[in-house]
Amino acid sequence: MASSIRVRATSNGDITEVQTLIQHPMDTGLVKDAKGELIPAHFIQQLTFECNGKDVFVADWGTAVSKDPYVKFSFKGARKGDDLKISWTDNKGGSDTITAKIA
Amino acid sequence: MTPRPLATRRLILQGAASVALLGLGNLPFAPARAAANDKYPEQAFKLKNEADAIKALYGRTAEPSDKVKLDAPEIAENGGVVPISVTTTLDKVTSISFFVAENPNALAASYRIPDGTIPGVANRLKMAKTTNVTAIVEADGKLYSATKEVKVTVGGCGG
Repeated sequence: MASSIRVRATSNGDITEVQTLIQHPMDTGLVKDAKGELIPAHFIQQLTFECNGKDVFVADWGTAVSKDPYVKFSFKGARKGDDLKISWTDNKGGSDTITAKIA
Repeated sequence: MTPRPLATRRLILQGAASVALLGLGNLPFAPARAAANDKYPEQAFKLKNEADAIKALYGRTAEPSDKVKLDAPEIAENGGVVPISVTTTLDKVTSISFFVAENPNALAASYRIPDGTIPGVANRLKMAKTTNVTAIVEADGKLYSATKEVKVTVGGCGG
């Protein structure tokens, strides 16, 4: 199965810019389906970015983050070719991980 | 050959001391420490009111600051996907959080900014209706905020 995480990490000298798009329904638990039944809450709670053995960015999310979440940030101290490990866990115990190379 | 057992004893003592220290570090301190913790702040995400959520997450209140730059659209046609970003010129930033006042639960997202990470983040949030959006930046132990109103023409909560 293709990964749920798409990432673009580009190094610009000292600063690495990271853009991430994750496929996830991010259901709030407040919306009804076509039959009028509530769709249970299903959302990513924590998203972690790790580079060279150190967390560089940690997101804690609630249900108000849009479906198929997007997030962008930048950090210092990494070089081209370094590994960036991205993992998420959701409220139903689901998770996914990917390791991307900084370009 | 006495030094050997002594050295071992010292090691054991040191070990015991650091275990004790670790134990102290894990004590459930006041909620003021919640944001510095690695744990998901479940309680703060459940609160409805913005002020309550800020208090649960940080244990204090924020003061408005022009050093926090919140970028949000004036009008969002689709409340389900509203691009929001924040940057700041403040030093020693440790976290950035977003609150949507009129949502069923005010806290939308909270980001931890370790040393070496640029204090800025862009993301997309859902908004139930026209609402104030507040970004809070935690810098050097203090809280700074910026607020902007976003007019939502179609709410982001289905229905």
